[in-house]
Amino acid sequence: MTQEQAKNFMSVQFAALSENESFARVVVASFVSRLDPTLDELNDLKTVVSEAVTNCIIHGYDSDPSGIVYISATIDGETVHLMIEDKGKGIDDLELAQQPLYTSKPELERSGMGFTIMENFMDELEVTSEPGRGTSIRMKKTIVSKKALYN
Amino acid sequence: MNSHVQMEHHRGVLIVRLTGELDHHAADYVRMDLDEAILRRQVEHLVLSLKDLQFMDSSGLGVILGRYKLIHAKGGKMVICAANPPVKRLLEMSGLLKIMPLYENESAALSNLEVAL
Repeated sequence: MTQEQAKNFMSVQFAALSENESFARVVVASFVSRLDPTLDELNDLKTVVSEAVTNCIIHGYDSDPSGIVYISATIDGETVHLMIEDKGKGIDDLELAQQPLYTSKPELERSGMGFTIMENFMDELEVTSEPGRGTSIRMKKTIVSKKALYN
Repeated sequence: MNSHVQMEHHRGVLIVRLTGELDHHAADYVRMDLDEAILRRQVEHLVLSLKDLQFMDSSGLGVILGRYKLIHAKGGKMVICAANPPVKRLLEMSGLLKIMPLYENESAALSNLEVAL
């Protein structure tokens, strides 16, 4: 396929159950596969989806499965925009939450590396949160793609 | 459940081989399996082989750090081996490799452990 990729989008929502974390990774990876990402790029995307969805479940909803996790993704040219949201309890101190190794739930053996990983693996990361209303994470990554390597 | 734990125990060393995916969902099962083995058997040292682990996120880092603390508190050593490049990158990013050595494979991990015993 040599034609330019048109703009494309998808959105899914699912119960805040930990068993849906692998589902979320596979959905995003499969949506992005049309950009012909490298295995490393695909792994980066799966990892950040996993981190963000896990945050929604554990922190947003305190592991209450009646919560709903929302994912939407847009492909614009060779850039993937991801938005992962919950309507849960929100984050009081965004700056603190994003500190490497900080976790509000040390009793659950959380590593506190979620936001650090998302920042490192994506080109851009933006977190908005409102206590009592939920948290929304927007991320962006341009897929360099194998095509660029071959050309 | 996408992650599985295979264990082998001899002479106070527990070799744990993880397969599949270690995310938040799998972490609870893996944690329970490991803690049961560590507490019930005469485990002094732990070798964690990640050769067949296809995916890991920060939940996996939490599980590894938690087992390190457990083994360390009992005066034992914990080492990791055979991590693939994405897993190794996470281990590096988290600083875990500053407290736990990473070896190429199981036999290198075991022989270094024997020397250190």
